[in-house]
Amino acid sequence: MVIRHNVTRSTELLEPVVYSLSDHGKNKVNPPRPFEAIELGDVDRPLVNHDLPDLPDISEVEVVRHYTRLSRLNYAIDLGMYPLGSCTMKYNPKISEKVAAKIGNIHPGDTEAMQTILGLLSNLEAHLEEICGMDACTLWPAAGAHGELTGMMIIKKAMVERGEDRREVLIPDTAHGTNPASCTIAGFKAVKVPSGDKGYLEASTLRKLINEDVAALMITNPNTLGIFEQDIAEISELLHENGSYLYMDGANMNALMGIARPGEMGVDCMHLNLHKTFASPHGGGGPGSGPVLVKDELAPYLPMPWIVKDEEERFRLLTNAPQSIGMIHSGLGNLSVLMKTLSYISSLGGKGIREAAEVSVLIANYMKKCLKDSYYLPYDTPTLHEFVLTDKYQKERGVTTMDIAKALMDFGFHPPTVYFPLVVTGAMMIEPTETEPLDEIERFIDAMKQIDELSRKDPGAFSSIPRATPVSRVDEVWAARRLVLTWDMVESIMGEPPSK
Amino acid sequence: MSYVSLNQEEKERLFEKLGITNTGDLFKTIPERFLLERDLKIPGPYDEQTIESMLSSNPSRVVFAGGGIYRHYIPAVVDTIASRQEFYTSYTPYQPEISQGTLQVIFEYQSMMTRLMHMDVSNASMYDGATALAEACLMAIRAKKVKRILLSKSINPAYRSVVRTYLRSIDGLEVEEVPFDSITGQVDLDVLKKATMANKRSAFFIQSPNYFGIIEPMDEVASIMQDAAFWGIVVTEAISLGIMRPPGDYGPDVVVGDAQSFGNPPSAGGPLLGFFCTKREYIRSMPGRLVGLTRDKDGRQAFCLTLATREQHIRREKATSNICSNQGLCVLRAAVYLSTVGPRGLRTIAEQCASGARYLLALLGKRGIGTVFTGPVFNEFVLRIDDGSRERASQAGIVPGIRIDEYYPELTDSQLITVTEMNSERDCKWLLDIM
Amino acid sequence: MKFPEDLKYTKDHEWGRPDGNRLIAGITDYAQDELGDIVYIELNDKGSSIKQGEVFGTVESVKAVSELYAPASGTIVEINEALLEAPEIINKDPYGDGWMIVIEMEDRAELNNLMDSQEYRTYVEKEAK
Repeated sequence: MVIRHNVTRSTELLEPVVYSLSDHGKNKVNPPRPFEAIELGDVDRPLVNHDLPDLPDISEVEVVRHYTRLSRLNYAIDLGMYPLGSCTMKYNPKISEKVAAKIGNIHPGDTEAMQTILGLLSNLEAHLEEICGMDACTLWPAAGAHGELTGMMIIKKAMVERGEDRREVLIPDTAHGTNPASCTIAGFKAVKVPSGDKGYLEASTLRKLINEDVAALMITNPNTLGIFEQDIAEISELLHENGSYLYMDGANMNALMGIARPGEMGVDCMHLNLHKTFASPHGGGGPGSGPVLVKDELAPYLPMPWIVKDEEERFRLLTNAPQSIGMIHSGLGNLSVLMKTLSYISSLGGKGIREAAEVSVLIANYMKKCLKDSYYLPYDTPTLHEFVLTDKYQKERGVTTMDIAKALMDFGFHPPTVYFPLVVTGAMMIEPTETEPLDEIERFIDAMKQIDELSRKDPGAFSSIPRATPVSRVDEVWAARRLVLTWDMVESIMGEPPSK
Repeated sequence: MSYVSLNQEEKERLFEKLGITNTGDLFKTIPERFLLERDLKIPGPYDEQTIESMLSSNPSRVVFAGGGIYRHYIPAVVDTIASRQEFYTSYTPYQPEISQGTLQVIFEYQSMMTRLMHMDVSNASMYDGATALAEACLMAIRAKKVKRILLSKSINPAYRSVVRTYLRSIDGLEVEEVPFDSITGQVDLDVLKKATMANKRSAFFIQSPNYFGIIEPMDEVASIMQDAAFWGIVVTEAISLGIMRPPGDYGPDVVVGDAQSFGNPPSAGGPLLGFFCTKREYIRSMPGRLVGLTRDKDGRQAFCLTLATREQHIRREKATSNICSNQGLCVLRAAVYLSTVGPRGLRTIAEQCASGARYLLALLGKRGIGTVFTGPVFNEFVLRIDDGSRERASQAGIVPGIRIDEYYPELTDSQLITVTEMNSERDCKWLLDIM
Repeated sequence: MKFPEDLKYTKDHEWGRPDGNRLIAGITDYAQDELGDIVYIELNDKGSSIKQGEVFGTVESVKAVSELYAPASGTIVEINEALLEAPEIINKDPYGDGWMIVIEMEDRAELNNLMDSQEYRTYVEKEAK
């Protein structure tokens, strides 16, 4: 059955889909033509498609206006604060972008140019090892979730090499959803561990759950409540006595860099999120980078290729490490992100890195103090760089976390992370980061207080919020029921012609 | 420099409000023995000029390297749009009211990719072509319960390695390779036929143009695959779509690969742009983000992320994939690139690549230098190059393709040569000079 | 929230309405409310057999996916095709037009494993806390 809907002009998109701008002959691009075009003969028949590729045919000025207009429908860090908890949306230094562009034209097969690059990457490995107190590193995972998966595969491989078939990985209930998903793909069974009333995993809980089938514990530290895992020493001891590994999700490393090193806490394997902690941009969803760091014991299993130095002091990529888990990416990794990280680290130096962590914790604690009377604070354990509030008080007035999030947009802010961690009902997870100016922090606090005020005075007002955004509240149910995922489906499902 | 915005006075004001005297008081929950009592051993801070000079490297003069990562001309428009900070410094579009820009770009990318591939749906992208292929294998296992993965041996070796890494811990699964004909460089159809007959619960993947640059006999492959449980086509040189038949026309279940060639520079090995296109019946089993059309409260059309219930943040250990990102900026670059070059531009660029390869092949032919395989090529081919020529090339600042005998020991001294519109007739003559 | 008296309930929030040897089944008012707007439903094929407690389909909202567990063993003799096109019916009328399958039961005695209306109401109240 085809569901048809009449779409009237007044309800059209703010900016038309690129295909609807298309008309034959508008595109006048003049690509480079270094070769004389050769008539393709019989031998090349499989090459030839009589139809031109089905792309929009529009002029360059239309391309520029179209995408520039679209850019203006986005919120961005360069427009204001982005207090998404555990996402560390800090300012992205512009010099990093300039530096990354410099390596753009290098092909990884260009061995001479790659000498310099591999040298720089080798320095970056050393910096990350120093920050984390770990022994070895791979830079290739293309995102945090890719790093987690790589880490879990490393642990799986270590188990195989030890001749053990341990199946379980323990994961606290405050963990990000990628943790259990990564475990499953690596061949483990994810087992949920409850964090206690104080908001962190207590060693006594672990003692009850640990058994000889446990390969590892995957912990985020500080966790997604912003709380430092205070039993970490005992936890790592328990695990190691049991022959299990301690894995750390480094999503919240911004609170620890220069302050304390996971390696010294007994962490065996961990990943970083360079697009969070090390200020490379999120780019509307990627590319990120999720290097994995390990202790010596796990180093033989790191993915290939390895950056090594030969007798002539030249770098090369080793591709035949016998115990490695294998390759995880077809290029190298997200090199441009790695260069941005190197630029960021060089900008800050050792002292600057520590200062970033300190200020991120200082600002977060100040915000928490200012907001905890208006919003319910579910855990009163001291927090580091982020904290979680809930809609408990506002909900009694009929106003939910989602309403509060959308109301923040009308004040010109991106909302915090909402409804996460799952252990807290109606959670709002706030992480301001160290780069926010104090004025912006005060404006945010003020906005949150005004929203609380509004929930007392006129809770009904929230149903029509946000108003100041390019579109009003978006209907996710409509999208999920109809699944209009391409321009062609607009025609088949909505009965509108997809193009002229 | 530091990017902290607070001055000393402001910091002290916050200390006072929190009733503390120094930053140490903020970290009291960390056991004392874990507190680092020294500075990190990291040099710096450096100024911008120093950083720029420290962090740079120059490409060689003449480059004939490809093999999954390609150098193509990038119109100036692409860099201009991609550097819009509203795109560059935004987060994943989970809040659709303030992310319509990113969402619509992804929707347009999904629309363009499905039209180029002749497939029903495309996700919002993946890390690279190799992980997209690995995810396609996982989808085949999930949706069709296949027990054996057959990979054509002329699929990019890095892709095959990544697939093995991803699938290693799946119990009872076999991963096998289908050999290529040593003369044509195309898949051995007899072996393929026998292999698919022997086990109906297999998924087969083939790359065309393959790693040797050879175009596979896709009509024959498609007819063998008619009764297969699942099969897919891999495309690593996306520019080939400007001239070749859309892979979807052969009826595969998935088309996956890399679209880095669309407006993304090689960047010394990444970021790349994995794409994943499939048929409508797999929408609920596919990995990765999807953007769909919807409407807002006032009835105006808008976009949002949809079918999130497949994803890790809702389904956790039962998710279709652990992926939690897409290559947002690379998608933007691809969308702007494809809109800028348009239908005729993409055709011209593809023709230039094919013409350049034929120009170089003709020069080599005149010299009596033949290629390793006889099959038809798009813009890449395999040559034997001895150590002496390699040495001369390196001294002349020429990259004579990439070495492939490490992955195919039977192809001693073989080099994969790639020609694109970034090369010239003069480049080709230089290459000939060192041979 | 409704808990009709004539139905039997599972711990996974399915209901069953016995009708001779047949059992009509769906999900409860509480379940549809917890899921929110339902956007998709998948049901096992007509004619397939199933055991009590086994999965007979999945139901999906924008924020959750939930498996559907059979309240009794037997053969699925009918499925509600209307739901496949308009899953929102489940939200509107979970005990009526939102029915999902009809099972030809193997053993009526299995119904004794299920809760009655009062027991289910208590169970839900406990779970809601």
